[in-house]
Amino acid sequence: MAGKLVGVVGVGQTKHRAANKEVSIAGLVRTAAKEALDDAGMTWADIDAVVIGKAPDMFEGVAMPELYLADALGAAGKPMMRVHTAGSVGGSTSIVAAKLVAAGVHERVLTVAFEKQSESNATWGLSVPMPFAPPLVAGAGGYFAPLIRAYIARAKAPRHVGHLVAVKDRLAALRNPKAHLHMPDIDLKTVEESLLLWDPLRYLDTCPSSDGAMAMVLASERVADELPGPVAWVHGMAMRSEPTMFARRDQVNPQAGRDCAKDVYAQAGIRDPRADLDCAEVYVPFSWYEPMWLENLGFCAEGDGWKLTESGATAPDGDIPWNPSGGVLSSNPIGASGMVRFGEAAQQVRERAGDYQVPLRTGKALGHAYGGGSQFFSMWVVGRDKPAA
Amino acid sequence: MRDVAVVSFAYQAVAKEPTRSEVEMIVPVVREAVAASGIDRTEIGFTCSGSLDYLQGGPFAFVSGLDAVGAWPPIRESHVEMDAAWALYEAWVALQTGEVDSALVYGFGKSSTGDLHEIMSLQTDPYYLAPLWPSMVDLAALQARAYLDATGRDEKDLAEVAARSQRNALANPAAVRRGDVDVDALLAAPVTHDPLRDHDIAPITDGAAAVVLAAGDLARSVCARPAWIRAIEHRIEPHSPGVRDLTRSESTRLAAQAAGVGDGPVDVAELHAQFSHEELLLAEALGLGGATAVNPSGGPLAANPVMSTGLVRIGEVARRITAGEATRGVAHASSGPCLQQNLVCVLEGQD
Amino acid sequence: MAETFTAHHVLEYPGGYTRSVGPVIGRFLTALRDGRIEGVRLADGRVLVPPTEYDPVTSQDVAPEGDHWVTLGPAGRVETWTWVREPRPGKHPLDRPFAFALIRPDGADTAMLHAVDCGSPDAITVGMRVAPRWRAERRGHVTDIEAWVPLADGEEPQPAPLRVPAEDEGPVTGIVSPVRLEYDVTAGEATTRYLRGLAEGRIVGARAPSSDDVYAASRGTDPRTGEPTTVEVEVRDTGVVTTFCVVNIPGLSELAPEIPYVSAQILLDGADNTFFGLIRGIPVDEVRMGLRVRAKWADELKPDHTSIEWWEPTGEPDAPYEHYKDYL
Repeated sequence: MAGKLVGVVGVGQTKHRAANKEVSIAGLVRTAAKEALDDAGMTWADIDAVVIGKAPDMFEGVAMPELYLADALGAAGKPMMRVHTAGSVGGSTSIVAAKLVAAGVHERVLTVAFEKQSESNATWGLSVPMPFAPPLVAGAGGYFAPLIRAYIARAKAPRHVGHLVAVKDRLAALRNPKAHLHMPDIDLKTVEESLLLWDPLRYLDTCPSSDGAMAMVLASERVADELPGPVAWVHGMAMRSEPTMFARRDQVNPQAGRDCAKDVYAQAGIRDPRADLDCAEVYVPFSWYEPMWLENLGFCAEGDGWKLTESGATAPDGDIPWNPSGGVLSSNPIGASGMVRFGEAAQQVRERAGDYQVPLRTGKALGHAYGGGSQFFSMWVVGRDKPAA
Repeated sequence: MRDVAVVSFAYQAVAKEPTRSEVEMIVPVVREAVAASGIDRTEIGFTCSGSLDYLQGGPFAFVSGLDAVGAWPPIRESHVEMDAAWALYEAWVALQTGEVDSALVYGFGKSSTGDLHEIMSLQTDPYYLAPLWPSMVDLAALQARAYLDATGRDEKDLAEVAARSQRNALANPAAVRRGDVDVDALLAAPVTHDPLRDHDIAPITDGAAAVVLAAGDLARSVCARPAWIRAIEHRIEPHSPGVRDLTRSESTRLAAQAAGVGDGPVDVAELHAQFSHEELLLAEALGLGGATAVNPSGGPLAANPVMSTGLVRIGEVARRITAGEATRGVAHASSGPCLQQNLVCVLEGQD
Repeated sequence: MAETFTAHHVLEYPGGYTRSVGPVIGRFLTALRDGRIEGVRLADGRVLVPPTEYDPVTSQDVAPEGDHWVTLGPAGRVETWTWVREPRPGKHPLDRPFAFALIRPDGADTAMLHAVDCGSPDAITVGMRVAPRWRAERRGHVTDIEAWVPLADGEEPQPAPLRVPAEDEGPVTGIVSPVRLEYDVTAGEATTRYLRGLAEGRIVGARAPSSDDVYAASRGTDPRTGEPTTVEVEVRDTGVVTTFCVVNIPGLSELAPEIPYVSAQILLDGADNTFFGLIRGIPVDEVRMGLRVRAKWADELKPDHTSIEWWEPTGEPDAPYEHYKDYL
């Protein structure tokens, strides 16, 4: 990884839920930020700079909310930035914050991502009808469901594999008290009998809409070494983007995702992600995106993603657990969801994941986020140990 | 810190873009900046943009903006929902890590599409301020009066700023408001937002701007006289205008101090002053003296392509350094009601 | 370039944003409903109004209960002001010209933004004493103070009119904030060309300058290179369903009132990109990848997307997977 070492020294998040009506927007982000500061053993005054991320401002109807939130997040008199890269924003916000440390500009950076979707409605916020734009006739799921059908055809995958992911991630979430959905009785039958929304996607194959916030404190090597708590060291981080639409675009297995993974693995010394990582927190908003991203991220050969899922390898007790926290299928505060992935990966290598802790072997984990029409990607690999010099 | 310089700058602005979409406005600007940089599009290490969804009235302005860049093969790319000066800051940080050696930065927006002054009400506290719908001009006018009262300056001082801006803009093809005007003529116009008159308020402007950054030897190899970024710092203040001292810009002062503005002579300063009083207030916070040419382009009072206005300030200073017209300059960018957030960039040429 | 299309656009979340306010803002708004202005004494002794959950300088918590809460004013002093000559109906607190001012209530160290109703800009000065004019119908909102009014020397502020609380009325927990913005959006040159073509029953594509790729409904560039696509080519109104989904959710689109319906990606003959379209004229469960389709043009052609109502089967044999596998 380019630049100086960066460590995650504090992580905090809200209990995600459909509507968090007890707090203001400031209250929501402060809940996560204060938990991260406490975890790091720091106070507001210790922080050098704040980087905040979220999805479109129209969700909450506040333009450039970093302005209103500056003093809520301890930024008075300090630098503050606001990142927006669609669904990948939680990941890219983490990376922008980490680069401030890697560049040697700051030593203690607070980064926060949030969404308070209950202030409006995600379907409206994502697809405000604009003049002259082609009419959206199918909603957000209608964008991705055809790509899932294309994947199923291309990989010759059996139809039940998506449902397996829907069950696996919801059962994993039962061990995560911060997860939005807790569905103890879910099984394959429940998913198969849930409403068919966008064939081939059923209701329980899709993510919920959540209010929530995630925060991390990132620190330089000097600062992290002096703190008593565990550190997740950043071994690699990368972002890639490609256009929404262009001739012969591979929308199922986008080049930007493959390039981003290759870059982050090269930085982190990962040759075989399935063997070299202990777990992955990957942005899977629709169940089928687990097998699709297994292939895109090189955990198996192209066409074999569904076999890996079906084998149980990605379950919490499998050889390469994916989304032991329950993932996006269990909690989806959109603008924060990517940072939740990055932060959960950090918690695993810090051995702070509580009841959903995976056993550490290599001590490395992947955090992943994507957005737009599968065109924006951000990823990091974090490790229990410092990267080899 | 690693040596990083502005090696090219391109910019277009009009009062109201009649035919082109945002993407179509960005295309020529990005192409011009990349061509002038001497770096091939596919060799540029990092791309970062600044835009605001509320200007176009729908989400994901930056997503379609990417169609103007040529993001294939896939690129390292990011976006801030801030003035593109902060996109440049993010790019500068990426260059500091050593990960990349060059970056394309662009900003865009069409303020004429909606009611800019009203839209910016949505930047304010959603519980106490936004429900009252104070426009960005209303809020600026509150600061203007507080500033004039505290300093003993008056509306003539504001008109002098406006007149100089319009005269300077005569030489700026991107200016949308220019003229050889005198102060008395300006003061004969009615006050519209007490104590401000129309000439004290930046004109509505559509535009896009792009800058290419390069590090060290690459910058030297592609540009005869790169504009080196000696320091770039930014700070924010508490949000509510009622808790702040509106008669000064503390965040600008802090950023200027951290950037070492006062460590040498300043030949030229381009300030993101969307209102006449802001230029006076900012010049004080930056500690600028009479030897500095302030807003020789005319500044935002001549053209205010929102979401690029701050980036344009950096580009305008860099352009003068690269042309050999200045040796050391200061560019300033701002965001939020009553100058809540401020960025200061010190640029230098080397002989 | 001929004139491009523009259209009026309203951005409005139906019903307004539903904002939960949390305990500190909630207490302030509850006090307003009671006809009282409350602030909080911060750790450094300064009194903050309106209160936030945090100290605006140190960000330390401000507790929602405790003896740091103080009742202020209600009279106060104008710190700075400006005059609003053209009030915005439905948005501004008053429908006649008024002043926006920062007002510091007696006992506070900070100021709050509000309206001053004084008739003319000549009737307001910095330092002037003002007092709230309370609404009779108060709901726990900053506009429970309708406006502030000048207070003559020695004059006492008018108390808030009595208000009978609703039964089971609890503390204020939320507000609803309507946000309505209006725009005039330009289609842009490329989209205008495409839409003009639709009005003539043609699908206009554009050729990428440095490849032979043709974009149907080009947005003005080859997205891979950023080069402008200015060469027009006509694309046929027939193509292949590359992939699709069956939508079972009612109300997603006015264009497809009956569920289930099929939304598909279509690769047009002569184009190199896919775009979304509705498939009709075939039972939903018979739609398949590779299906050959043709545009169903509207009886009345217009320069907008409604000119193609949907896509229906041509009856030709399906395209082989090989034909479209690179377009998924």
